[in-house]
Amino acid sequence: MSESNPGAIISRHQSDREHGTYASYITGFILSVVLTMATYLTVVQHMLSGYALLILILGLAVVQFLVQLFFFLHLGRETKPRWKLLVLFFMIMVVLILVLGSLWIMYNLNYRMMPMSQQQVNMYMQSQGGGF
Amino acid sequence: MSDAIAVAEQRIARSDERHEEDTKTIFGFWVYIMTDCVLFSALFATYAVLHNNTFGGPSGGDIFSAPYVLAETLVLLTSSFTCGLGILAARQKSKALTMLWFGITFLLGLTFLTLEIHEFRNLVHDGDSWRRSGFLSAFFTLVGTHGLHIATGLLWMSVLMTNVWKRGFTRKTLRQLNLLSMFWHFLDIVWIFIFTIVYMLGVAK
Repeated sequence: MSESNPGAIISRHQSDREHGTYASYITGFILSVVLTMATYLTVVQHMLSGYALLILILGLAVVQFLVQLFFFLHLGRETKPRWKLLVLFFMIMVVLILVLGSLWIMYNLNYRMMPMSQQQVNMYMQSQGGGF
Repeated sequence: MSDAIAVAEQRIARSDERHEEDTKTIFGFWVYIMTDCVLFSALFATYAVLHNNTFGGPSGGDIFSAPYVLAETLVLLTSSFTCGLGILAARQKSKALTMLWFGITFLLGLTFLTLEIHEFRNLVHDGDSWRRSGFLSAFFTLVGTHGLHIATGLLWMSVLMTNVWKRGFTRKTLRQLNLLSMFWHFLDIVWIFIFTIVYMLGVAK
């Protein structure tokens, strides 16, 4: 397309906004590597344990998720109306209901179940046609 | 003069129309990716519920090797990065650079898949297959589904690269390259959570 075509200039300008640059990819890559290494070292060096560890590395994963959404998938840079962002929020809501809901229900189920010994579990499994 | 203006207006209209079409395709693909996230979240929920049900078999700490998984993670992360560089090269209409970056992405993806299959084969060989326990069933389903997506992505990439090689940058191949890069970045994002929740929390226990 020639430079004199205004349509081409407009669409090129819009795609620039939505696609990013070398700088954005390099920043995203470096941040992702740093966050991955932070998670890895925290776990391998046994810096934390229990809930503190759980919360820290899940937090690091969420930060890396946001970093890659922004620098690799260029989210938040679309022109209004921001449909992509809206669908993303809906997805996050469904995911949270599904994951937290499952954990909550199954925790309650385990809590209310009659405790069984290993032998009882084996007998039950065999009566159901499974097990070893 | 008025003819020239009319022609220019038509061109703008056509270009806007095409741009709109591309935007719609990209949005449609984005919706697919979001629903795929919901699929993965169901598998994550299953894993979270079953990860302690080892039925006398090995737990995550027994079978996962942290450095091995770190290598897998860095390989996939780098491939996501080179895929982005490939898109930039395609936007500058540089065929050679595009082929180079996507070629590297393909090789890194293949390396990742090979590492994963190697891990799976070792586990099955040691008797720790998906039949061993609830934990292993959930593990193989979650990680295997991700691996299947990677394999599909690699197949798509090889077909698309052949098209770019033969036909160059048409509107269609450019659009497809964009969709493929979205898919590839999305697979890396899913892997962040597999790395953290399955492997790192498994090793920490």
